[in-house]
Amino acid sequence: MMKRQTAGAVLSVAFAAALGAASAGAQQNFDDVAVQTLQVRDDIYMLVGAGGNITVQTGGDGVLMVDTQYAPLSDRILAAIGELSDEPIRYIVNTHHHGDHTGGNANLRLAGATVAGGNMLGAITDSGVGAQIVAHENVLFRLSSATGDQAVSSDGWPTTTFFGDKKQLFFNGEGIEVIHLPAAHTDGDSIVFFRRSDVISAGDVFNTTIYPVIDMQAGGTVQGIIGALDKIVDLIVPVYGQDGGTLVIPGHGRLSNLGDVLNFREMVIVIRDRVQHMIDEGMSLEQVKAAQPSRDYDPRYGASGGFWTTEDFIEAVYRSLSEQE
Amino acid sequence: MIDVSRAGMAGLLLAVVATATSGAASAQANFAGVWSATYAEDWPDRIPGPELGDYAGLPLNDANRMRAQSWSASILSLPHYQCRVHPSDYANSFADIRMWEEIDTDTQELIAIRIQHFAWNTVRTIWMDGRPHPPEFAEHTSMGFSTGEWVGRTLKVTTTHLKEGWLRRNGVARSDRATVTEHFIRHGNHLTWSVFVQDPLYLEEPFFRNRDYTLSETGRIGAYPCESVIEVLLPEGYFPHYLPGQNEFLIEYAVNHAIPFEAAMGGAETMYPEYVDELEQLPPPSAE
Repeated sequence: MMKRQTAGAVLSVAFAAALGAASAGAQQNFDDVAVQTLQVRDDIYMLVGAGGNITVQTGGDGVLMVDTQYAPLSDRILAAIGELSDEPIRYIVNTHHHGDHTGGNANLRLAGATVAGGNMLGAITDSGVGAQIVAHENVLFRLSSATGDQAVSSDGWPTTTFFGDKKQLFFNGEGIEVIHLPAAHTDGDSIVFFRRSDVISAGDVFNTTIYPVIDMQAGGTVQGIIGALDKIVDLIVPVYGQDGGTLVIPGHGRLSNLGDVLNFREMVIVIRDRVQHMIDEGMSLEQVKAAQPSRDYDPRYGASGGFWTTEDFIEAVYRSLSEQE
Repeated sequence: MIDVSRAGMAGLLLAVVATATSGAASAQANFAGVWSATYAEDWPDRIPGPELGDYAGLPLNDANRMRAQSWSASILSLPHYQCRVHPSDYANSFADIRMWEEIDTDTQELIAIRIQHFAWNTVRTIWMDGRPHPPEFAEHTSMGFSTGEWVGRTLKVTTTHLKEGWLRRNGVARSDRATVTEHFIRHGNHLTWSVFVQDPLYLEEPFFRNRDYTLSETGRIGAYPCESVIEVLLPEGYFPHYLPGQNEFLIEYAVNHAIPFEAAMGGAETMYPEYVDELEQLPPPSAE
């Protein structure tokens, strides 16, 4: 038990440095980062810079964005959004609490405006200040409970939280579902499904760059990652050949379709099954790592350095499965 | 007077040559039509299909070999895998193709060459108008993003943005980081189509494959409908595969063809004629 806590603490430090802390963004140099825009559908765009991908929906009601990358990039993000719409940011949806997805919350929220007040505006003078930030309630718990160097300004906290399966919005003529996926990358993950545009913004339960990051300290599990990927696959309706149809904007990496999600899901399941088999055989964590159960996928998703290595992933899978038993 | 006539004639000739040259620069060979596949090469691998555990002659690396050994044909019973189309670098192994040109009818500039494969009825586009490849974070597809250029009368095509696919449909993977270079060469009514796959993740050396076609007089290819159905009820989170060391079918190909197991497992060296000498030193396959 103690060993698990120690390992969790190690992982937690890594996350704090790389993902979880708002201050982590301040330590990085963003001078050379350009925010690039990819049109996904008529009114849906993917912004790529540093940190998690941002999804932007535009229309007559205003701008809705999913995630905000790091605070030092906020001006560049606002400039990129300004190229797409003259309307204010009305909603920000956070897919989870990590700083590479929420670091710009405060700046971008305050640059927007909530539809509020009406004929009561004189009495509630601050009701329209700032966009709403929508997230699962665990995102608020984690952002608001961080202290010291990890503290996040209350301007960046979610203003509208939900619990249970999902929250629905209707914005810019489109039904939008914010769907909670329990215990996956963290315990506060949501995907955002734009129903008319047929686009899913997946957050970090799906990426195309590295092994899935499982933040066990924040309630993540490998089973939850697979469950989340199952949910995304269920929502996708592909065109013939699986290119196109429902498109998926991953937390990191390239615009994707069903085939990409299936390949990623397949990889996680295969490695999960191998590690489970080794656990059943009585192998220790060190023995499992030495057996390299992911070596066929390592060229594609593995890393020997950085904040999330192949060994980190194998350890998270091992501990997820061990704690389940 | 004679000099003026000669000068005028020379000018006319120059204009004709310039026009002809301009046209040639736009499309230096015409591939339009339906081309019938010839199967003299690699028949067992193409139409009956590769056998389980046959990776001989493929320059796959250790990681790819492990993926292939884990592959289970049961995935073809899963709805999402039943109608998966062959990627563009593999689709030319099957049946006939239709090729046609997309022309700007005002300028006669060649915008694109399109190819429809009978297999899965996939259509790919080879852009000929000089447009750049999209950024890396754009969608990747089974057909990829292709641009073409003329090398003499040969059409050279470069393809990126491919989704993960396969080099052989028995589990040998081709990663989404691969770049594919193709050459289309027309010799009268014959077409040679070469495919050169560079995959830094899953190949020890580039992989090369040739396919040949003849121009079809009937000019037809058939439809290829496919509809996924649930054949077996399976639990969520299930994907069929073999755990390392538990794929009992891997040895079949080697035993049935009396090929050393090590040779059947492929690798760059198995591509070359010199490997024949090494074969003689390897132990015979055993089903034990």
